Amino acid sequence: MERRQEYVLRTVQERGVRFIRLWFTDVLGFLKSFAITPAELETAFANGMRFDGSAIDGFSRDQESDMLARPDPTTFQILPWRSGDAGVARMFCDIVMPDGSPFQGDPRWVLQRNLERARNLGFSFYVGPEVEYFYFADTGPEPEILDQGGYFDLTPLDVAQEYRRNTIVALEHLGIPVESSHHEVSPSQHEIDLRHADALAMADNLVTTRLAIKKVAMEQGIYATFMPKPLQAHDGSGLHLHLSLFRDDKNAFHDAAADHRLSQEARQFVAGLLRHGREITAVTNQWVNSYKRLVTGFDAPVLASWDRTDQEAVVRVPITAGNRPEATRVEYRAPDPACNPYLTFSVILAAGLAGIENEYELPETPSEAGPKADRLPSTLSEALDSMASSTLVKEALGEHVFEWFIRNKRQEWRRYEHHVSRFELERYLPVL
Amino acid sequence: MFVAVYPSSPTQSLVAALVAAGYQPVPIDAVGDLDRAPEGGWSAALVEVREDFGGCLSVAGKITDEHAIAVLLVVDRTMTPDLAGMSGFTDFMLSPVDRVELRIRLARMHSSTPPVADHELLAFRDLQLNTATYQATIGSRPIDLTFMEYELLRFLVENPGRVWRREQILARVWGYDYFGGSRTVDVHIRRLRAKLGEERSSWISTVRSVGYRLG
Repeated sequence: MERRQEYVLRTVQERGVRFIRLWFTDVLGFLKSFAITPAELETAFANGMRFDGSAIDGFSRDQESDMLARPDPTTFQILPWRSGDAGVARMFCDIVMPDGSPFQGDPRWVLQRNLERARNLGFSFYVGPEVEYFYFADTGPEPEILDQGGYFDLTPLDVAQEYRRNTIVALEHLGIPVESSHHEVSPSQHEIDLRHADALAMADNLVTTRLAIKKVAMEQGIYATFMPKPLQAHDGSGLHLHLSLFRDDKNAFHDAAADHRLSQEARQFVAGLLRHGREITAVTNQWVNSYKRLVTGFDAPVLASWDRTDQEAVVRVPITAGNRPEATRVEYRAPDPACNPYLTFSVILAAGLAGIENEYELPETPSEAGPKADRLPSTLSEALDSMASSTLVKEALGEHVFEWFIRNKRQEWRRYEHHVSRFELERYLPVL
Repeated sequence: MFVAVYPSSPTQSLVAALVAAGYQPVPIDAVGDLDRAPEGGWSAALVEVREDFGGCLSVAGKITDEHAIAVLLVVDRTMTPDLAGMSGFTDFMLSPVDRVELRIRLARMHSSTPPVADHELLAFRDLQLNTATYQATIGSRPIDLTFMEYELLRFLVENPGRVWRREQILARVWGYDYFGGSRTVDVHIRRLRAKLGEERSSWISTVRSVGYRLG
């Protein structure tokens, strides 16, 4: 047996772990889990654990309901939120078909496939996210804020400091290092910045972080949400992603002699993001509500352009302090925290790599009076139209996920279109 | 953690209490069955004395003498006078067992069972690594590490005070065929520091433009 598997078996025994939760996500990024007992661990490593995939969103396909979850022993982690005797641990899983071949609808596999492609070009992909979210009193349909705090506010306006602190402690126990955290611009809105890691680990981390934030909130009797735009009058929640590619041990984005210290490859990567930005938005912003955030006036990106400071630009090139080549990076600002991180990283990477492979020219920034940049899609429907005609997204996601996603999201859009909103009732009912 | 249980038909409540305490009961019919030790060895043996007081006590004595395994007797209250002056067991408790009491007693016996061989223990200040069980503890508090975090920490603890370049760490801990590049080392060092906690995170120092050092 492999040592990493032996490590898991031994730790389960030594630490009295009673249940091992096998984790994976559906196509929309919802965490799915089933528990096995220690006695089944060896079988799980050897063959995978069988489950019925037909009820999982995006997994269903004719005659393909039987699937296997194969745990990745390097992700074995005892969960910090079950105190007491009954130890619970988790492992992320890869989903395979009964014949052992990877299941095309498994988002984790989709990302691994895209990372493999980057690897063949000599790159490893690093991501550092800023996770924004809201705390509300409960899950009711009218969000009830907990504070009136603003950006960087300290007590007593920031009553949620304690919740944030508990979350960070939980994250650190889970091996997810936190760079910083603060109260965000909107009332009851918070941000936790995670230290960058390779994209696969980071996608796992993000899924774990969302759960940890919600769990800690629940323990305190409140509700945490990653809904992109819960308060109409205030900034929504984004998931700004700091991106870099490393070639061997060198940051491929850094060139000390170049403008903005951005290497040729970094400029091409950004050019790829801008050119394909509209096509990937349905994935990075996958809900009807996501597009209520992507509007002017709320510090959210609306243009497929890049800049140092312009909040409307989808790509920002942060100014790095001192001579730290490893810190040179670009920030992609469109995604929101309710995305599926596996698929989001996949399409972002594909867009950037297309820029490098095809040597795209980086356009001027709007402030340098360049040509007017494309607008990002302003509705889910518009985003789906751009996505549907994109061979880049189709290749990045694979046919199965691509088709299921568009079908599922078109349905969502149709339901939304039929909905008679409060806006209409308040506006029209009294006068028409 | 495995606990041998004699005789091989323990009462249900005792089995449930053992499981609840995080132990796996393994019924045995005779002392000889202890030779088939499960992986990781026996944590303790439990002898439930229902009838045949003398026979049970002699089994307990054999387990203690021949196998050096701590023995917990479970007896009826009426038997306690007979226990006076007897040897061949480590501790006893009354039937029906209290779950919490059982857990505490077993944990105490467990920690007083034969110490692990020295070569299996690595230490740095109050951090201990048991290389036989892959467990890391600070004081008596376990730290939950992933496999690569454990491997990295072990490497550092085996070589304290020495500065290692990222490439060296990568080659020694991850192996030469690993693709991720030495950023991987930075990522894992940061994760280790997070898990060691605020006070101890400075144990691993960054030696600028060189690499890392423990202590």
